[in-house]
Amino acid sequence: MFEQIIQFLATGITVGSTYALVGLGFALIYNASDVVNFAQGEFVMLGAMLAIALLTAGWPLPLAAIAATLLTVLAGLLLERFAIEPSAGAPVVSTIIITIGAAIFLRGVALLLWGKDFHSLPPFSGDAPLRLGGATLLPQSLWVLGMTVLLVGLVHGFLNRTLLGKALLACSFNRAAAQLVGINVKVMLRLAYGLSAGLGALAGILIAPITFSSYEAGIMLGLKGFSAAIVGGIGNPMGAVAGGLLLGVLESLSAGLISSGYKDAIAFLFVLMVLFLRPTGLFGHQVAERV
Amino acid sequence: MNKQPWKIIVAAILLSTGLNSAQAADPIKIGSFLTVTGPASFLGDPELKTLQLYVESINAGGGINGRPVELIHYDTGGKAQDAVGFVKRLIKNDNVDLIVGGTTSGDTLAAIPEVEKEGIPLVSLAGAVDIVEPVKKWVFKVAHSDRMAAAKIFEDLRKRKLTKVALITGDGGFDKSGREQLLKLAPEYGITIVADESYGNKDTDITAQLTKIRATDAQAIINFGFGQTPAIVTKNIKQLGIKLPVYQSHGVASKTFIDLAGDAAEGVRLPAAALVVAEQLPDSDPQKPVLLAYKKQYEAKYGPVSTFGGHAYDGLFIAVEAVKRAGGTDKAKVRDQIEKTKGFIGASGVFNMTPEDHMGLNLDAFKMVEIHNGGWKIVE
Repeated sequence: MFEQIIQFLATGITVGSTYALVGLGFALIYNASDVVNFAQGEFVMLGAMLAIALLTAGWPLPLAAIAATLLTVLAGLLLERFAIEPSAGAPVVSTIIITIGAAIFLRGVALLLWGKDFHSLPPFSGDAPLRLGGATLLPQSLWVLGMTVLLVGLVHGFLNRTLLGKALLACSFNRAAAQLVGINVKVMLRLAYGLSAGLGALAGILIAPITFSSYEAGIMLGLKGFSAAIVGGIGNPMGAVAGGLLLGVLESLSAGLISSGYKDAIAFLFVLMVLFLRPTGLFGHQVAERV
Repeated sequence: MNKQPWKIIVAAILLSTGLNSAQAADPIKIGSFLTVTGPASFLGDPELKTLQLYVESINAGGGINGRPVELIHYDTGGKAQDAVGFVKRLIKNDNVDLIVGGTTSGDTLAAIPEVEKEGIPLVSLAGAVDIVEPVKKWVFKVAHSDRMAAAKIFEDLRKRKLTKVALITGDGGFDKSGREQLLKLAPEYGITIVADESYGNKDTDITAQLTKIRATDAQAIINFGFGQTPAIVTKNIKQLGIKLPVYQSHGVASKTFIDLAGDAAEGVRLPAAALVVAEQLPDSDPQKPVLLAYKKQYEAKYGPVSTFGGHAYDGLFIAVEAVKRAGGTDKAKVRDQIEKTKGFIGASGVFNMTPEDHMGLNLDAFKMVEIHNGGWKIVE
């Protein structure tokens, strides 16, 4: 039994890390603009599919991964420039709807480019399972975990230690005030979209060897990442990471110990409970509205 | 006023000549409703391509009994409620002579009441046994049943003297129906189901369920499903270091599965249509020339064949042969002739229909294959 639980935890943390990376992307854009970017899952898909396409075209894996990430960043910037920026000043809800449209558009493009089939990336360092006490882990899972820790650390450092990062955070607290002290909000918004797209792409490339990818792979990942961001308190990047890990572990434990049929139901029930009991999420700030 | 009669006469002449010319080339209208988009598109897409390909080549060869064939097709997107609407439209607006289609069991089952009411022959390309059991007067099917797949797997288990198996299935219609058949047939083959796990068809990690299976005394694992998840299941089994024989269903009998699951797919067994191992069949096999010809014609235009496209080939030609024998498109006669299909060598097997059996395939239509060095190998 103990062995089994170790395995469930190992599985949960791997799956949870992917949710965490996607959730982090949601949090960044929400921070900069109060907008939930529903195309975040599509960035994940785009990163994976581009890497696969470049690899098939004969590029070495590291180069393909970097190029795919940069191309996805470009896609994020284009999305911001041509879909989000022209609607500046529109209500947040309209902007969210624009991101849903963008998600559908990106899925369509991917469908035309790569068809309906699933594609997979080769694992970065073999697929011989590693033994860990009673549990087994794929080397790729270690890549996912390691890169998640690294990326989360980088984002955390960027937001809290650099001027640029602090400026980005400032936009989230008060956009007008940020503008008044000389922060270029437009540039910050582009930065947020570029960064989120890059993070999404990296997440997609990291998990593609484990979960495969297809033109519609972004839907479920986006949904789970969004849940992670809500659980953690939307807008709190580190909360999103914690939320992702929590969700992953919860899913895997409920599949293992209760019933595999109810695992998604239990995970989403948990999200609802969090929203009900702590509407700002587990790690969200209490918002005091001044009247 | 006195110009009116002339007008009527001219109109009448024009109309009658119009009618005449239409009658001379009066096409045989074959209706079809397939799932070309949506989650089951990998089934419907090759089916539609096959229908279009062969309708074109039938017409290039002079049609049936000198009449051209016209294919009228609607895409249901896998929504059963839309399927009913499209079938109504095919019958009432397009006045088709017969229908080949219904990619999924859900689409087909939804359309059956309409087809039975209107009395029009339907050759379904879907799998569920419920389509032809109990027998419906106007409904036939050409795809292997999930029950056949279950029986084929159990036969192989019996040969290997394995009696305790673990099931793991997805949450789709195909998966659920397969699971039901496996559970129902197990006692007949003396097999005990020691675990019965499930997963969501969009899940990306199944190790939790497989860890539970690892803790049982199962001697083999059967995974009944389609899409990418069975490939993930196969990979996860290897990841967990489980060494049991693994069986998959005919739902993954495609090269994509081998590509996705990679090394983990080695040694996996599954019942598959002869099409995937066409080249390996002995020359004495009557299906071999049919399969190779279909493969050549399809691949020349579209790329790798799939067994699902093969169902469309069978459906179309069983219908076409019946129209030829009936000498026309009288619906009742065509229906009777479809029922009298004997020794028709198709892509899925040799069909022998009877009034009691509207599918006409036996277990030989499936080959038990093993994945070996990234390819298929017949193990019988």
